[in-house]
Amino acid sequence: MPIHDQTYRRYAGRREPGGRAWMVVAVNGIRTIIKKRLFLGLLLLAWIPFVVGAVMVYLNASFPQFTLLSMTAQRFRDFLGTQDFFVFVITVWVGAGLIANDKRANALQIYLSKPLTRTEYITGKLVILAAFLLLVTWVPALLLLVLQVAFSGSFSFLRQNLYLFPAVTVFSFLQVLLAAFTMLALSSLSKSSRYVAILYAGAYLFSHAVFSVIYAITGSTKLSWLSLPGTLNQIGDIIFRLPPRYSTHVVASLLAVAVVIGVSIWVLERRVRGVEVVS
Amino acid sequence: MAEPVSSTVVALESVSVAYGKNAALRDVTAAFEGGATGLLGPNGAGKSTLLKSLLGFLVPTSGRMTVLGLDVAHSALEIRSRIGYMPETDGHIPGMNAVSFVAYCGQLAGLPATDAMQRAHEVLYYVGLGEARYRNVETYSTGMKQRIKLAQALVHDPDVLFLDEPTNGMDPKGRDEMLELIRDLAHEKQINLILSSHLLPDVEFTCDRVVVLDKGAVVAQGPIDALKGSRRQVFELRVKGDRHAFAATLIAAGFECHETDEDVMRVFVEAKEGARALFAMADREKVQVRHLRPSVPTLEDVFAKAIGEK
Repeated sequence: MPIHDQTYRRYAGRREPGGRAWMVVAVNGIRTIIKKRLFLGLLLLAWIPFVVGAVMVYLNASFPQFTLLSMTAQRFRDFLGTQDFFVFVITVWVGAGLIANDKRANALQIYLSKPLTRTEYITGKLVILAAFLLLVTWVPALLLLVLQVAFSGSFSFLRQNLYLFPAVTVFSFLQVLLAAFTMLALSSLSKSSRYVAILYAGAYLFSHAVFSVIYAITGSTKLSWLSLPGTLNQIGDIIFRLPPRYSTHVVASLLAVAVVIGVSIWVLERRVRGVEVVS
Repeated sequence: MAEPVSSTVVALESVSVAYGKNAALRDVTAAFEGGATGLLGPNGAGKSTLLKSLLGFLVPTSGRMTVLGLDVAHSALEIRSRIGYMPETDGHIPGMNAVSFVAYCGQLAGLPATDAMQRAHEVLYYVGLGEARYRNVETYSTGMKQRIKLAQALVHDPDVLFLDEPTNGMDPKGRDEMLELIRDLAHEKQINLILSSHLLPDVEFTCDRVVVLDKGAVVAQGPIDALKGSRRQVFELRVKGDRHAFAATLIAAGFECHETDEDVMRVFVEAKEGARALFAMADREKVQVRHLRPSVPTLEDVFAKAIGEK
């Protein structure tokens, strides 16, 4: 009897209900990435600003001469500003190949021949990137907030700065969603993750360069919405109740973010398909 | 050998699919019964388009499709949980070894993680990749990639398999093994399957029924034996003289006649008439018969007749 007669059996076990495939995609993607030691090193590096912040919180709470180091809205805003660099690096590292590699390996037809919608596939991929980005923005910022409350010994700081929790949350998620959607859209445009990485870096830096040139010529910062980092900075300042650094109306900045995310979703809708039709 | 399931598993009613302005399927009406059905046709006939439409990858411009009684337009996800698709082109998840890849596909299809892993091992042994299951899929040969595509299509134990050119790029031994597997799945494991291929021997070996597509339209369908016409005899015939003219005369006289690449004609005659009718025609047309050998009807004859090949 051939060996295969002994090994194939019909399956009569349990099947998971539908709508959970995005979690399978996300968990598998996260597992694959954290296996890379170099990436774990990057994550550790991204937590150094948190360690510095935690030390500042401790010194401020323990020694009166360090009152200058007290945690304010500005410090939380600055902390998230510092994390911008890591957000950029992780977005490029993790995000560039998320869809591009699947396209290169013709994996989309495999994915979409399973009971998995395109929305679930994109959600799964988005969660992979967003999870790592939130791990270096939202999570350490919230921990800093918790540390500050814990070390202060009373809830007076929390009562006086109650808006900080939603501010940290809203800004972190905005930062992460903008980066993740933009990167996923670019990743769906090519089969080469290197090309996607260059494209993202180009879009990020070029948009800011255009704004800087316009600012140098006109002296006006009204067009900060042209720059991806500029737009985020402007919205961040408003969210943390700080004086905005540009004269752009916040609605224009929010609209710019909405347009970038909207265009990204449109691109993903067009590019993530089981079959690619070349007209 | 167990009896294959006999009800209709896939049905198409007046289905048309177009790529922009180019029609790929034209008003296709076909029924795929249980068991193994071959989807035959030359390159560009619309075979892969039909399978991709059934998967919901392509939306028809008109018509209705059902798989296992479920409407493709409304129940695509439920259908996909019950079918396995082996694509024509190479496809895998980058950076994974075979067992992780197949288990991952099982999980995507709704199997719990533990069951998916167990099934992955079983299925990889079944398709002959047991020893290579911890190797990265990207290092696989073409034949191994075909086998792993079959494994990922099988891992969740589908009710229907769509196999798109499953023997492409395989060496003769690998091809025979793949065909044995397909035959075993259909006839011993009770899995209904649609085998899309342009290779007639593959379809003839594995399938009981056939749907022949040409230029996006169905040109023949039914059980292979019935299409072959078992009540007829076929003769291989070689003549001295103008064979094209003699072939035309035979066709005009009501015989079915296909010329082959060599100078041999395949002529169908009713069993009761036998070779005598051919000798009579040759005598009447003053053509010398150099070679006459009884043969058996093949799927090639069905195919040639269906797509109007001379």
